[in-house]
Amino acid sequence: MNNELSAIEKTVLSDYKYGFVTEIEADEAPPGLNEDTIRFISAKKNEPEWMLEWRLKAYNHWLKMQEPNWANIKYDPINYQSIKYYSAPKQKKKVNSLDEIDPELRKTFEKLGISLDEQKRLSGVAIDAVIDSVSIGTTFKEQLAELDIIFCSISEAIQEHPELVKKYIGSVVPITDNFFSALNAAVFSDGSFCYIPKGVRCPMELSTYFRINAEGTGQFERTLLIADEGSYVSYLEGCTAPIRDENQLHAAVVELIAHENAEIKYSTVQNWYPGDKDGKGGIYNFVTKRGICQGAHSKISWTQVETGSSITWKYPSVILKGDYSVGEFYSVAVTNNHQQADTGTKMMHLGKHTRSRIVSKGISAGVSQNSYRGLVHVGKNAANARNFSQCDSLLLGDKCGAHTFPYIEVKNNSAVVEHEATTSKIGEDQIFYCNQRGIDTETAVALIINGFAKEVMNQLPMEFAVEAQKLLAISLEGSVG
Amino acid sequence: MLSIHNLHASIDEKKILKGINLEIKPGEVHAIMGPNGSGKSTLASVLAGREDYTVTDGSVTFAGKDLFELSPEERAGEGLFLAFQYPVEIPGLSTTNFIKTAVNEVRKYRGEEALDAVAFLKLMKEKMAMVNIDQSLLSRSLNEGFSGGEKKRNEVFQMAMLNPKLAILDETDSGLDIDAIRIVANGVNKLRNKDNAVLVVTHYQRLLDYIVPDVIHILYNGRIVKSGPKELALELEERGYDFIKEQFKAEA
Repeated sequence: MNNELSAIEKTVLSDYKYGFVTEIEADEAPPGLNEDTIRFISAKKNEPEWMLEWRLKAYNHWLKMQEPNWANIKYDPINYQSIKYYSAPKQKKKVNSLDEIDPELRKTFEKLGISLDEQKRLSGVAIDAVIDSVSIGTTFKEQLAELDIIFCSISEAIQEHPELVKKYIGSVVPITDNFFSALNAAVFSDGSFCYIPKGVRCPMELSTYFRINAEGTGQFERTLLIADEGSYVSYLEGCTAPIRDENQLHAAVVELIAHENAEIKYSTVQNWYPGDKDGKGGIYNFVTKRGICQGAHSKISWTQVETGSSITWKYPSVILKGDYSVGEFYSVAVTNNHQQADTGTKMMHLGKHTRSRIVSKGISAGVSQNSYRGLVHVGKNAANARNFSQCDSLLLGDKCGAHTFPYIEVKNNSAVVEHEATTSKIGEDQIFYCNQRGIDTETAVALIINGFAKEVMNQLPMEFAVEAQKLLAISLEGSVG
Repeated sequence: MLSIHNLHASIDEKKILKGINLEIKPGEVHAIMGPNGSGKSTLASVLAGREDYTVTDGSVTFAGKDLFELSPEERAGEGLFLAFQYPVEIPGLSTTNFIKTAVNEVRKYRGEEALDAVAFLKLMKEKMAMVNIDQSLLSRSLNEGFSGGEKKRNEVFQMAMLNPKLAILDETDSGLDIDAIRIVANGVNKLRNKDNAVLVVTHYQRLLDYIVPDVIHILYNGRIVKSGPKELALELEERGYDFIKEQFKAEA
């Protein structure tokens, strides 16, 4: 056993294969944050006056806020004046179609396994590609437009569909919500926008791929997704970043609105650069994601596979306002080396007969810390609300930590709330059993991990499930002797 | 096939095996019997390569190779199979998926191509009929929530799928009722041929009614104190282990 453990410590070295940098000239704002920075961003985007005012309001509120310190994470103070808040890859001219995208950028995405070439895509996944602060292109736009589905960058939506943006932006995550979301509201530079009209089942997966490229920048994207009555959409997001010694801040906001009988399935495969094995560098992933089940019988389902970032602070939540609405949260969070994750969800039951289900699987290796933090709130009018939570932790080695912080607030006595939690270690017995059947230890660990995370992996769309399984194995490569 | 010479092994400084000598040839069935704590399971574990045990002296050759030069997975690749006394559970990992991985890893070790889904399924169907195991069991998570009998049947099924040169059955009868023992033993018997061998480790004689050994060895206090034909088991059944203990106490 002792030998095995020292092997764990010795070999916790997984290579991050997305760590390359694209050499491309960028159009940037100087570091620092003040009203002028915000005016600069807004002007760059040629935004209407109401948008600038909204940003400034958020900024002024942010100035009065304190950075939260309740999460189970440790990091040196962030100097918000040293971050560049806007960086856009300089393109020679405005592009009218995807064919005109700078070949260097196209190559970047191809290296990541994402083809912006519609003809080359095998399956029906429409992609919005965001690099640093701007969206560089969206695929399958015309096909989607035939169904009146709007899928574009949020900058474009502000120009083309201001009435929708104005109506919904900040309606789920108000600018006053929290420190990082207020900062995002002030300086967000791009993100995706999606509107599914009444009764439409979106025929393909919609996907946004986020890439941080430039040095010293923060990425602040904002995604807004509206599913009108009786519609359905499945949405995926993926993210990577180059290997850098510095910590880079990523503070995104995602808002989902599901009207009556609508369903939104939102999946994330988060693979930001996690830092090196000594904990140097990596992305600070401080993200606010929230959806509202506005209408009766609506459903929002979050699925996340979190393997990257040096720090993750993220609680995709659902406000269950409509009667009979359903919220789900499926999560696998892997931490290795010096990574820290404090992640979970909030299920706010307001409507009658609302149901929520939480399945969280935390996997810790190295000297990492992995916390589940979840709130189940049942309001006084939420008669017959029902929640089931399951939080399982799996430990590899004995130098990592797994923590569970469940909060339950019930104000209606007809509610049924269940919570189950388990913690286990990958047993020597399990490994030996696999070994005896001819399976080496690396493969054995991958089998055990994928078995542990299966319930969550099953929620992912097919195209991503295989990718995510590989990612889990890679993230933990070499973490058992 | 298997040749054990003067094997000594200990766990946490405690000496368990104190000089085992044993020779097993292709086509043979050997049984190791002995009272609790005599070192039966230790012998099985040491042969399979469990890390908890330290080999302090002696040598073992298996299929012409020095067994202790091989990792546990390499031993499996060479055709050594251990049916566990307590098969482990792996939640979420389907039994079929596990066995498919095992079969293909072993094939890889032997320089054979991996079986594709169709070929694997065909092999599985054939072996399922042979050892009388149900499809529904194989779709479930590996050993999770299996009854004692189901776990042992699953062990024999894996043995059938991996087709080992030497199968070591470690107390395969423990915790089973007589019907379950019969089913498991029938499976093992169907897998026997002139090229493979079986080493049955057991406390009781009853399993040997079904898997009939060529030789029985009585292990006591880390040594084989007596070897003989299958009738030796009946003598033990009648007189218990006490006569062995009495006879060899002086040497212990």
